Parts: sequence; structure tokens; C-alpha cells
Amino acid sequence: MTAKVIDLATARVRDLNAALHADKAHRHWKVLNPAGLHSIAAGVDAPVTVEVDGHVGYYCAGMNQHASITVNGNAGVGLAENMMSGRVHVKGDASQAAGATAQGGTLVIDGNASARCGISMKGVDILVKGNVGHMSAFMAQAGSLVVLGDAGEALGDSIYEARLFVRGTVASLGADCIEKEMGEAHKAQLFARLKAAGLDGTVDVSDFRRYGSARTLYHFHVDNVGAY
Amino acid sequence: MCGIVGLFIKDPALEPRLGELLARMLGVMSDRGPDSAGFAVYGGGRPGFVKLSLRAAAGVDPDRLEAGLRGIAGAEVAIALRDTHLIVEVPVAAEAAVRAALAADHPEITVVGSGARMEIYKEVGLPAAVADRFGLAAMTGSHGIGHTRMATESAVTTNGAHPFSTGRDQCLVHNGSLSNHNALRRELARGGVQFETENDSEVAAGYLTSRLAKGEALGDALKAALGDLDGFFTFVVGTENGFGVLRDPIACKPAVMAETEAYVAFGSEFRALAGLPGIETARVFEPEPATVYFWERAA
Repeated sequence: MTAKVIDLATARVRDLNAALHADKAHRHWKVLNPAGLHSIAAGVDAPVTVEVDGHVGYYCAGMNQHASITVNGNAGVGLAENMMSGRVHVKGDASQAAGATAQGGTLVIDGNASARCGISMKGVDILVKGNVGHMSAFMAQAGSLVVLGDAGEALGDSIYEARLFVRGTVASLGADCIEKEMGEAHKAQLFARLKAAGLDGTVDVSDFRRYGSARTLYHFHVDNVGAY
Repeated sequence: MCGIVGLFIKDPALEPRLGELLARMLGVMSDRGPDSAGFAVYGGGRPGFVKLSLRAAAGVDPDRLEAGLRGIAGAEVAIALRDTHLIVEVPVAAEAAVRAALAADHPEITVVGSGARMEIYKEVGLPAAVADRFGLAAMTGSHGIGHTRMATESAVTTNGAHPFSTGRDQCLVHNGSLSNHNALRRELARGGVQFETENDSEVAAGYLTSRLAKGEALGDALKAALGDLDGFFTFVVGTENGFGVLRDPIACKPAVMAETEAYVAFGSEFRALAGLPGIETARVFEPEPATVYFWERAA
């Protein structure tokens, strides 16, 4: 089936997003001239494929359910924020808070993600081929963050239960985030994540280190007051 | 919120388009800051002369002002009127006398900046309208910075509009808020920096001016700012030949840059850069927190 093309040089983002909701006849969409506009393909709730040719602004693919959204460029703040399911793939860099609060689905970023990647993530699987900025996976609750490059300061600050895998260096760990043993189950989980991103066979799981919660901040304890 | 933009041209062939490109960038950033706007442009200059950017209340007669200033600074005084602003070009040796005469005889006139090449314009109103009033699109030059303001902690007045200039050919636009500006303002004022407003961003400009006055390079002054300025900031600064970018270590305020063979551009959001020539193949990147970015052209 041929793709339905929406050119944002002439159409409004609102029209694009409304069409993605209302038009059940098309399963493949192409978006031209995004020019950094905000909220492109936000709130999609259908098993469609959306391909965006260029750089997008804030909140692209936010709240995504079921859709597979590819950005052939960079993404601004809040990429795939609160995604529920589906897949979002950015071929360039992502700005701050990529995958924030996302509850499911897969987010793949080919370039770097900046600060607070995966902040408060609640089940999403995020894979960043480059580096992530400071305070990534801050208060992360579930899901996985795989970083092939380096992580900035305070990785996993106040983390609850998400699994973090970093191949490069970690500038520092945040409060209650510790390095953990990499068992066979973890290697298998990491391999599955790499495979989902098409990286199986090219990246070795044993190059990664695993980080997660020490679980000392689950309940308030006055001895930990300095760490909150 | 506020929006900031900057464009530093590396290829002189693009200089005629500086104003046009900057005007477009400002217009796109309107919804980050619809209260006021301002910009600084580094255009041509005459050796031995300094340009004073003046903001005048309505009703100032430029011919009478020119005649008065000629009496002080000689026949070579040139005045260009653009809406509420006047650019007065005087011999460097006469600058102090002209400033004194303006202060004494023209309380309705504010000096918003001075420099060999820098001109500053700022007003209350929608950014596109402000750019139009001053004819930004027709201006040429090597670099420029601009600001669209969403007033948060102080009133919507022209005094609160950016850029702020506290030193010759130096200016700064700021997105964010500083928390230690009062203490720092007192300290800088004791050291001789003059402030015109209560605005926190003017303190940042004054801080850089005081470091540069000690002979520090802009890159070093920006680095020192990371230790001495407390709060949230993304700064874009201009000097006679330079263009710098700095974000605080938390990097709360957004920033994106694009670099090609022809230019370096800054925007609060990529939307501001989307209309630049060759943007499709530019290196687009987010400046790292607590990292100094600085470009300079030979004088």
C-alpha cells in the first residue's frame, strides 16, 4: 500500500494528528518538512507506520500506542513521552527527557540523548546508541535503558526498579543507584534488547555493566536523609 | 520561558543576509516570548569612531540632537534614526563628553550600548513587530543575537528587554533566572560596573564585562561564570569578533545549535534554525551543560 503523505510546509500538525486518529484506511504515513514543529505524531493510537523526514520539535510521538514512528533526523525535548506501546526510532540525536514516564514500547535513538533520558520511566525499553546526559533514568521505575556510549552525571538517581546497561563510562551514579552483577538472565535480557534494535551479533553483551537500585531509599529512614 | 537566537557568520558572502535570517529566527521564537524583543547586530564600523545605541522617548528631534552633539564632538557626528532608537557615531575621543552631555541635557535618552560595530535595539511588543519597526531584515553584519521575552520576575518594560550590554561591543541574551544576582550586582558595582536595571540578566552581562576588563579571554570568562553565577541559564553572548554559548550544569533551559561552513547558529528550539540556508546538511547538536562554546573571527 502506498504511503499517505502529509507535508507540514502546507498542512498543520493538528491536521496530521487528527488524520492519524480518524483515517483508518491508511497504515503507512509519511510526514514531510517537520521543521522542528512540536507534537508531531503525538497521541497516535493505531498500528500504523509513520515516517518523518527531518528534525522534529518537542513531544514527538508522545503517548504513542501501537504505532511505529521513525524520525529521519533529530528530536527535541520530550520525545516519546509517556509512550504506552509501539516503537519509536530516531535516527539522529534526541534532546532532554526522551522516553520520560513511558510505560511500554521500544524507543531507539541512533545518536545521543541528552539530559534526563528515561526520567521516571515505567516500563519502556530505551536503547541509545550514543551517549546519554546527566540524570538519566532519574526515579526510573520499570523497563530498561541500554546505552552503548557513555552516561553523564548522576545516572539512575533515586531509581526504583529499572535495569540500566551501559557499555561506556558512567560519570557518576545518583543516589541509591549501584552497579550490580551481570547474571545470565540479565545478559539474556540485554541481548533481547540489542536484537530488537537490530544489533545482535554486532555488540557483545559482556561489554556492558549493569546498574540498578540499592533499594535503601524505598522507605524513609533518617540515616538516609542526606541522600534524598 | 523566553526564546534566544544567535547567528555567527563565518563566510562573508552570507553577511548581507544576517538581518533577514535573524529576523526570521526571532519571529519563529515569538511563542516563547511575546512580551518584548531585542537584538544586537555587529555591522560595519569606522576606525576611530564609536557607535552609541540610544533609545529615545517619542518627540526627540534628531536634527536638533545632531546639531547639539556636533557642538560637543565635532562635525563628524553621524546620527541614524530607526523608530525609537538612534545610532550616534562619534569619534572615540569624544565619547565621554557626548555621554556626559546626553546625561545632562537629555534625560529622556537612554544609552543601551556602545561599540565599534555593535548596534542594539529593543522594544516591548511582538518579536516580529519589533524586528519590523527597526528594519532588522535589511541589516547586514558578521553576527547578531536576539531575544524574545516572556516576562516572569519583572515588569514588561523596554528596560527588561534583552540584549543587555555593559561593555563596549559586548552583549548578552539570557534564558533562565539567576538566584545570586543581588549579591553579585553589589560586588560588581563596587568594582565599577554600572547597572541600569534590576534585571538578573544584566548582572550576568556585567559579570562577563568585569572579567573581560581584566584582560581575560571570553572563553575563560564564560568558564569562570559557571562557578560564580548561581541559577538557571542559557547565555548567548557577542563581542566585537566573537560569539559564545554557555549553559548551566543542570541545563534546564533548552538550546540547539547548527554549524555549517558558512555559519554557527543558536536557537532555543530547532524551529528557529529550520529556515537557515543549508540547514539540511548542517551539523545539528545540543550544547552540553557546563561547557563553553566559543567562535571568533579575525578582527
